[in-house]
Formats: sequence, C-alpha cells, structure tokens
Amino acid sequence: MRSVRDNNRKGARVNGNPFSKQIFYLFVVLCFLFSISISAQDINLPPRPDPPRLVNDMVGMLTYNESHALEHKLVAYSDSTSTQIAVVIISSLQGAEIAQYATELATKWGIGIKGKDNGVILLISKTDHKIFIATGRGVEASLPDITVKGIIEHIIKPRFKAGHYYEGINAATDRMMASLSGQFVNDDRGKDTTEARPQNNAKWIALVIVIIFVLIIFFGGGGGQTYNGTGSVLPWFLLGGMMGGGFGGGRDGDFGGGDSGGFGGFGGGDFGGGGAGGDW
Amino acid sequence: MKNLVKILGLFLIASSLSSCSYNSMVEKRETVSKQWANVESSYQRRSDLIPNIVNTVKGEASFEQQTLVDVTQARASATSVKLDPSRLSQDDIKKFEQAQGQLSGSLSRLLVSVEKYPDLKTNEAFIGLMAQLEGTENRINTERNRYNAAVNDYNAFIQQFPALITAKMFGFQPKGYFEASSGSDKAPTVKF
Repeated sequence: MRSVRDNNRKGARVNGNPFSKQIFYLFVVLCFLFSISISAQDINLPPRPDPPRLVNDMVGMLTYNESHALEHKLVAYSDSTSTQIAVVIISSLQGAEIAQYATELATKWGIGIKGKDNGVILLISKTDHKIFIATGRGVEASLPDITVKGIIEHIIKPRFKAGHYYEGINAATDRMMASLSGQFVNDDRGKDTTEARPQNNAKWIALVIVIIFVLIIFFGGGGGQTYNGTGSVLPWFLLGGMMGGGFGGGRDGDFGGGDSGGFGGFGGGDFGGGGAGGDW
Repeated sequence: MKNLVKILGLFLIASSLSSCSYNSMVEKRETVSKQWANVESSYQRRSDLIPNIVNTVKGEASFEQQTLVDVTQARASATSVKLDPSRLSQDDIKKFEQAQGQLSGSLSRLLVSVEKYPDLKTNEAFIGLMAQLEGTENRINTERNRYNAAVNDYNAFIQQFPALITAKMFGFQPKGYFEASSGSDKAPTVKF
C-alpha cells in the first residue's frame, strides 16, 4: 500500500515529462481500456460471392434453370445499363432486422457502381418469410419507397403465397427495370468495374523510403570505407529487390479478380437505407 | 553508428507523432462531421414528412385533436435542436436524441390511434405516406449506425497511444455516440 502511494507520488512529481515510465504505462493501460470498442450490432453477413454472381440462392429456392435464366437476364441488364440488381436468398435472418440486413449486405458487397450508386438488392429470407428490396442511393429517385412497396405487395406477395417464387422474382425484377429504364447507361463498358479499393500506395511508398533510409545508413556507411569494393553494389541490388517487392505487393492488393465470364463483379455502390419490405 | 540509429529512431517517432497521426485524426474527424450531416438530413426527411401525415389524418373528422397537436409540437421542438457539428459531445447527442425520441414517441401514439379508423388504413395516400415513413426510419437507422461506426473509429484512434499525445496537444475531443436502444429511439412500427 505504502509503495503504491509512493509510486503515485513519484508519478505526480514527474508528470508532464512525456518520456517518464509511469506515463508510458498509463498510456499502455489506456490503450487497453479503449481498445474495448463499442460497435454497432454486428450481423453475420455472407461473404461476397466469388466468382461474382447477381443471383445468390443460398437455400435452393430456385431450380438450376430458373436461377440461370434470372442470372442471364440480370447480367444482360447490368451490361447494358450498369445498374446491378442482385437477388439474394438466405435461409434465416438470425434475428436481425431485414431492412438493416439488406442495407448492410448490399453495402458490404458493393452492389452498383461507385459514384452512381445504382444497385438494388432483393433479399428473401426463406424461413422468416420476409422480403426486402433495398435501393441504392442513386436509384432512390426512380424507385421510391412507395413504388418498391407496391412491387412487394402487388407483384411478389401474391406469387410467393402461391409458391411461385421464380415468377415473383422475375416479375419484380422486370417491373424494377421498367421503372429504372433510361436512367443509367453503361458508359464504361469493358472497363474494369470491380471496386477500386482505397489506395494504400502512400503507405507502401513511405515504408520503402524508410527501408532505403535504413539501408543507406547501415550499408552506405560500410560502403563508404571501401570505395571500390563489391560491398557498395550489393545494397542497391537489395534496394531494387525491396522496391519491386513493395510496389508489386501494393498493386496485387488493389486489383483483384473480377473478370471471370458473365457478371463482371460488384462496383462498390452505396446504400442509405432506402427501400421497402414485407412478408408473405 | 549507435547514435545514428538513435537519432533515426527519434526522428521516426517524432514524424509519426506530429504528421501521420495528426493527419489521420483530422480525416477521421471530418468523416464524423460528414456522417453527422447524413444523420441530420435523415431526421430532416422524417420531419418533412410529418405535416403530410398530420394533414391526411386530419381529414378524418373525428380524429383526436390532442394527438395531432402533440406530434406537431414534438416536431417543432425536435427541429429546434441543432448541434454544432464541430463539437458533438455525448451531451449534445443525448439532447438531440431526446428531442427526436419524443417525436418518435408521439408519432407512435398517432399510429396507434389510426388503428381505430379503418377508412384511414385503406386510404391510398395514407398507405403511401406510411411506406415513406418506414423508409425514412430505415434511413435514420442506417445513418445512425454509420455515424456510430465513424465515431468509434475516431474515438478509438485519438485515445490510443501515441495518437493520444497529439490529440491532447491539438484539443481533439471524443465525440458522442447514439445509444443503441434507449427505447425512445425505437422506430415507430408501421404495420397494417
């Protein structure tokens, strides 16, 4: 007890000196304290499909032919308009709110093109008997919530109740395409539409510069003593190798996959919570 | 040689303290402010919708006037709470949340009373408004979650070593969170 108090007093005396040990320990403790983070309710979202697909039936609600036909239609639509309409069928929401689930999933997968935000997700949870259509920020104007609600109430619900799942999804996507017609054109056909991830190049460059700096100090110093030895050549080879490795690594991370036949991949569209839902 | 390494080490620490963490701190703070603007506009959207709802319900002659007055008043007091986006302390957020929660509460009561009026429930205009209200509540939820995530990112960053020192030096204050479920902010459920 006494020693603790002594320590405290010592700590107080050296307060203000940023290099003192006590303060450093305090920082470490604080780091631990604040690393217990408060996060929004996390939902277990399925990972982005690889290879990318627009129709993702995870429970086998549709037959092979049905989902193939649907995929074909949606990919063709995405090719000509750049608007991505994804159909996702899951078995259960595991207690999550369907509106939130759909919005988070669509944002995570990045349905639609970044900037245009022209993605739509039609989410069906089989055991919950729930449907939600979430609209990307860019399509909220041509597919307002009321229209989406109408699609669910008048097009999907009656067909789903009769067990005609494919017909319901097919008619609903047709209706959405009609509402969206003419709003978007695919002006960058053929270009890589996969999501451009935030660049980490700056970090790589900084790292490489630090490595060069360190190497120059270590090897450069040695080389300085033997002006004509092979010792001074070696580090530059090393440097070259390091730089190549560094930059190569950066690029690999930036452009990954995406160009397998058919659907070109999701484009990083954003969702703001628009859309409507219902149950059958 | 050893001194050189020491100097280099100090240089690295100094640069990571003054430039790197400071810049990301500013960036993260900007993200929070930007996300706050989204939160505000999603609440604004609801606020804009309310006069339409009130007017449609008013058409039902026998509708309880007090319920309508409550909603209108709650809306007025909720819209009067405007926060300084550069501050957003926990108290600020609480104040904002309370005002908006009051509005959510009176709106729920209005929707409950509507249950007694079958004419309203089948009124096309009213059904449309309800779809819009539902969408608006979803948008509010989405923006709130994103705001919380941005705040979480920023708060965790400025309170960790070594960014902590820079944060203290330049007066970066932690921002407030929305409470996950304080009851009042539960979206009024729209069910017909």
